[in-house]
Amino acid sequence: MGCIEKLNYEVIDKHVSFKEAATFIDKNCAEVYEVKPGFKIFDKGMIGIPPVRIGLDGDVVTFPFTKPCYGTFLLRVSDAVEADMIRRKAKNIRH
Amino acid sequence: MSETKLIPTKPDTALILLGCPQVPIQTSAALYLSGILNKKDVDVTIGGTKAARSLIQIADIDGIYTGGPGGIQDLDAVIDKMADGTFDADVSFVFVHNEAGVAYTATLQALSSGTIIAVVFGGETEARMNELTEIGCPAVTAKGSHNPLPLKRKIDEVVSWDA
Repeated sequence: MGCIEKLNYEVIDKHVSFKEAATFIDKNCAEVYEVKPGFKIFDKGMIGIPPVRIGLDGDVVTFPFTKPCYGTFLLRVSDAVEADMIRRKAKNIRH
Repeated sequence: MSETKLIPTKPDTALILLGCPQVPIQTSAALYLSGILNKKDVDVTIGGTKAARSLIQIADIDGIYTGGPGGIQDLDAVIDKMADGTFDADVSFVFVHNEAGVAYTATLQALSSGTIIAVVFGGETEARMNELTEIGCPAVTAKGSHNPLPLKRKIDEVVSWDA
């Protein structure tokens, strides 16, 4: 996968804290995973304040994405390959 | 008065991680810090966004202050190399003026085996210092966006390790 800006993503929320992102994912995603900052998703090391959560609903990946000048966004992208990678490599918090 | 130094002995390598360049003193402070570290024979790598890098590169066209062996690199590339385990630094200075800067600091804390120091400036230093305290990161701070001297003095205190 290329850089995240080129993906067909949906912005769920913007200017969120990592706690807010984690709370949203905990409440709204079927599967919840926890990763260390630097975990590569869509070929890019994730930026974040632990615990960094990733949510899955089938092939749909929900995750926080930080840009230096624009803060943290909560994004949703449908990608079966990336969802499978997360299931294999990330720590499962809730299935 | 005796205080524990954030950098007790001379590091061999340093990373300067730049934040969003919207606050003017970042570029000045980064050039100054890089120049001081170069003078002290520390190998410096600078990471930043395209705009942050351009501000540095144009101001130091001949690499007088920023011509360290690590060069000036893309911010994401630096993070990716640290995540891959192919790059690290003895000490990393993360420039922080917004919440994203705190997130980058936490990321370096997770990825680096070296010392992480946040350099906090801008108009919301109290909020940033509270967030950095929550993640347990040492920081130097000087409130303000245009006058680089207070931050320069804080930087001087940090880069004064024992010989």
